[in-house]
Amino acid sequence: MTTRLYVPGDSSALSVGAGKVASALAIEAERRGADIAIVRTGSRGLFWLEPLVEIEENGRRLGFANVAPSDAASLLDALAAGRPHEKAVGAVEDIPYLKDQQRLTFARCGLIDPLSLEDYRAAGGFAGVTRALSLGPAATVAEIIASGLRGRGGAGFPTGVKWRTVAAAAGEQKYVVCNADEGDSGTFADRMLMEGDPFLIIEGMAIAGFAVGASKGFIYIRSEYPHAFRTFCAALAKARSGGLLGPHALGNGKPFDIEARLGAGAYICGEETALLESLEGRRGQVRAKPPLPALKGLFGAPTVVNNVLSFAATPWILAHGGKAYADYGMGRSRGTQPFQLAGNVKRGGLIELALGATIRRLVEDFGGGSRSGRPVRAVQVGGPLGAYFPQSLFDTPLDYEAMLAAKGMLGHGGLVVFDDQVDLAKQARFAFAFCAFESCGKCTPCRIGSTRGAETIDKIIRGERRHENIALVRDLCETLTDGSLCALGGLTPLPVLSALDHFPEDFNRPPIMIAAE
Amino acid sequence: MASASAFSEPAARATIAPFAGEAGSLLPILHALQKRFGYIDKRAVPIIAEALNLSRAEVHGVVSFYHDFRVAPFEGRVLKLCRAESCQAAGADELVAHLAARHGLVVDREVGPIKVETVYCLGNCALSPAALIDGEPIGRLDAARLDDVIAAAKAGGR
Repeated sequence: MTTRLYVPGDSSALSVGAGKVASALAIEAERRGADIAIVRTGSRGLFWLEPLVEIEENGRRLGFANVAPSDAASLLDALAAGRPHEKAVGAVEDIPYLKDQQRLTFARCGLIDPLSLEDYRAAGGFAGVTRALSLGPAATVAEIIASGLRGRGGAGFPTGVKWRTVAAAAGEQKYVVCNADEGDSGTFADRMLMEGDPFLIIEGMAIAGFAVGASKGFIYIRSEYPHAFRTFCAALAKARSGGLLGPHALGNGKPFDIEARLGAGAYICGEETALLESLEGRRGQVRAKPPLPALKGLFGAPTVVNNVLSFAATPWILAHGGKAYADYGMGRSRGTQPFQLAGNVKRGGLIELALGATIRRLVEDFGGGSRSGRPVRAVQVGGPLGAYFPQSLFDTPLDYEAMLAAKGMLGHGGLVVFDDQVDLAKQARFAFAFCAFESCGKCTPCRIGSTRGAETIDKIIRGERRHENIALVRDLCETLTDGSLCALGGLTPLPVLSALDHFPEDFNRPPIMIAAE
Repeated sequence: MASASAFSEPAARATIAPFAGEAGSLLPILHALQKRFGYIDKRAVPIIAEALNLSRAEVHGVVSFYHDFRVAPFEGRVLKLCRAESCQAAGADELVAHLAARHGLVVDREVGPIKVETVYCLGNCALSPAALIDGEPIGRLDAARLDDVIAAAKAGGR
């Protein structure tokens, strides 16, 4: 019988040599004439173990962690002889990091060949869209509303309400747009799904198309993800040849197709109206709202714009019912969130849990503290526009309301860990500088305020009139919050103010002298 | 990019032609041109404008808005080094300093056999610091690995 070896083709795994490991295993298998098939999968999201090679044995997947190409021979020897191998980590499902998760959206990621429709179907794929087609559009929207799903891109707007608005909007042509411009540092869940379970995203977009009456979908993938773009385009071709996209995708005579578009290195295009502008072939400049994209979106037509993770949650919701999804979570934050743990952390990775888990649980229980071994001092939650949390706030639950109450935001669910070497004045300066670099330039507070903010923090760092300049930064933050058109300018104050509020000592260090030598 | 060919107007027209009539096709066109020629030649701008019924200013505005589009050819290797928060937390700034001190390479400025460009997030944050070398991902980047990459580029290797 053919032995199946699973080696991730995820770009994170590739970045630490998974491609070379796969080749070495193939060469070794060939050399000894062993009946071995190498299956390229996505990643499980246990990145500190990558390259993580798995083998199926008695219905279980046994793992080998941090495999190097030079391990190929000994690994195949051990497998053939039934001997243990030094890189073995046992059954992957039993690794606490994975076992303690509640994986709904990521149930298949890392397990299956991402480009095999058969694998996808065998692992429960297409159950959601099948049920949606039997329910009809209105009942499909009702399931999404019942699930309590909110926009996983960061804004947290109820997905079902958005779909209902688009479904009710007048218009011959409607669109479904998937926002895969995952630009927040510390986030990689969208990328993992595009590379590890792309049919899930396609299924979610098809469900949305059916629910709102759209025949065309676009997915906007950032250019920093060349590998994800290639994998997703390959998945689209497979879906088309399998009849899952095309003239009868949504039942007899109901067409649905998806076009993948590549971004061009502009963070602002993750903002939904800038993304629409970019899809239309223009500069990625933010549009004033209203009109809402739900009513007047792509090419002026009613448009559903959702994040990858929002679409990817819907097949499970349809297959199991909105109520089952809503049983996860707390308060008004229902369901699960694929959290992403990154930065200076021992065990970084993808952790899907019901909303409401605490920062501490993720950073300490899952992450195991800092990679450097030094004390963890700050965790930035929600990407570059999210707040820096100190140890004293690590018991804050990760849900939309609790984050807001703590003057932060959940964002796309990324957590970046910093040890005690971090200088929060420098991080606050970076928040302004990043805003300046990525500003689309349309509104003044963001375009000019960001540059003035970085300059003012430089003065504070240099020790110039610290008290007055801190007051000035706070004042500037108020202008950005109240006067910016979109979240880039509007939320840049979160990291800045959290640094000032929770780490004031960093703004009062001995001045850094930049002396000419 | 080594695979790029020299710019010519007929070749540019041929590259643009398949996109004619497609809604919002300016970005796909620019990507196709850059893939073919390695950059967006200014002589392509009026051709695109004519094909899409846009003004040259509109086309120029789009080319200049997006960080990805180059307006001059570059034949060497490109190292995109992530300098966003997660990589900062894992030592990206030290790598920038190392590039300057050891190799005399100033990020985003000098062009040698290898061009180092700042990028904000490659989605490889669990294995920070991260980079892309000619599109290939590198995780857990450190000074030693960086030295190897630079040495290979200087030797003309790929």
